[in-house]
Amino acid sequence: MNNSKDKNKIKLEYSIISNDFKRAGETSSNIKSILKKVGIDNKVIRKVAIVTYEAEMNIVIHSYGGNIKLMVEGNNIIINAYDKGPGIEDISLAMKEGYSTATDEVRELGFGAGMGLPNIKKCSDYFKIESSTEGTRLLIKISF
Amino acid sequence: MVFHSVVLDDEYCKGCTNCLKRCPTEAIRIKNKKADILKERCIDCGECIVVCPYHAQDSITDDLRDLNKYKFNIAITSTTLYGQFPLDVKIDRIYESIKGLGFNYIYDEGRAADIIALTFNDILEKGTNNFPLISSLCPAVIRLIQIRFPSLINNIMRVESPMEIAARMAKKEVMNKYDISSEDIGAFYLTPCPAKYTSIREPLGIKKSYMDGAIAIKKIYGDLVRNEKKISGECGFSKGSSKGIGWSRVGGQSMAMGIKKYVAVDGIGNVIKVLEEIENENLKNIEFFEGYACVGGCVGGPLNVENPFIAKSRIRQIYEDNEYKAEKSKEEIEEYKELFKSGYLSWTEDIEPRGALKLDDDMFKAFSKIEEINKIAESLPGLDCGSCGAPSCKSFAEDIVCRGANIENCIFMIK
Repeated sequence: MNNSKDKNKIKLEYSIISNDFKRAGETSSNIKSILKKVGIDNKVIRKVAIVTYEAEMNIVIHSYGGNIKLMVEGNNIIINAYDKGPGIEDISLAMKEGYSTATDEVRELGFGAGMGLPNIKKCSDYFKIESSTEGTRLLIKISF
Repeated sequence: MVFHSVVLDDEYCKGCTNCLKRCPTEAIRIKNKKADILKERCIDCGECIVVCPYHAQDSITDDLRDLNKYKFNIAITSTTLYGQFPLDVKIDRIYESIKGLGFNYIYDEGRAADIIALTFNDILEKGTNNFPLISSLCPAVIRLIQIRFPSLINNIMRVESPMEIAARMAKKEVMNKYDISSEDIGAFYLTPCPAKYTSIREPLGIKKSYMDGAIAIKKIYGDLVRNEKKISGECGFSKGSSKGIGWSRVGGQSMAMGIKKYVAVDGIGNVIKVLEEIENENLKNIEFFEGYACVGGCVGGPLNVENPFIAKSRIRQIYEDNEYKAEKSKEEIEEYKELFKSGYLSWTEDIEPRGALKLDDDMFKAFSKIEEINKIAESLPGLDCGSCGAPSCKSFAEDIVCRGANIENCIFMIK
């Protein structure tokens, strides 16, 4: 975890390893516990928890690895989730509830229900997704 | 919160650190070789009572002496009580033994559990955006949610516990039967649980409890066993159905409700893990969550006498016993539904988050404290040995930044 030294900034950054189900969920639970200690409103924490958890699982399950950054700026929590590919073929399909490209193995672990991106969008006040074979980038804003 | 049932007896405490790590809210520190409970964090779950090898942790409850305050005393029997005796001691004999302690009337908590099960069913039928709904039964779990999972407060069913409803119904029943005014009646819960006692003194969800006190089962167990040997007859008081009595073991609530989409969890550590999952919205397809701080459910409560697994087996056998199988009549069900509609069974007060984890009122100051804590934690050995008096290196680092602890209390730093 790299945290900034600025007095009036909250910045968190975590790298996420592909296919690492042992550590999967640690980043979002870490973020959650920090936001609780900082005293962010519970409803906001819940949204952030869902967004970061789903983004983290997406990176673990579907990508070659990446990172999640979180910043508090003014009344916004800004979350950047980035991965190194292989990218989402059809974003509009991926945004549909229940659509999933997860393998049977992953589903056996209880993941891959096709709710990840729709859930993230539902919890966001601003949501942007870009994807190419080079990687996928999510930009999310949650206001409080 | 001012009052706590769980207390420490300094005389017996050896400062051994056993309780330190078991505390689910990291509320214990060892200072000057004695355990010290941080009151703002304690949820009265009683884990420390269970784990203390020197029996230094205990629970404040009332005594039989307190019956003298009232002209007419009702014992509200926690359904775990029936698991404390071999099955050949019939429940009616247990009741007769309880009367021998000075009680005039007995009201079985299982009767109220029967009503609450129907109420929970009603709430589930109505549906909600907050699935899974969380049972309000275990007061330690509710207090845990206030501190560690405040975002789940709205998932908790706003219904009183069977204990509280039993007190209300019992007093009503007694006043209907006898010519006695309510201030002359004392209702005492025979409790397996310190958190229940705290809930009587400082209730959640209601302003004042109808229960006048509680006596730990282990305090009166000896007397009950002796009485049971002496008595010739037995006395009949109404009992809950086998389903209501079954509430004292994990899974009992969902079984009484007859539902399928539930998760039942016992042991406070396990409860924490599943609440994390609920917070991440991984259990949206589950309708009902029943969590118990104690292993096995209330049968594992620290103020019981019998081994939790043995007590649990007995409760299961009572649950399966045809003698106690009783279906509610249509009229009774309608009556209870009306009771719920009238608000008689519901919370009147909101439950507030307890911000015991917040490090500073200023968000940015809190964050720089977190950074400082992380930096210190990195310099600590990470063994979580407890020698410094904190449950882990991480919480020790937090104590250094927020509570003035001295880093030299770490035996590895002064080496």
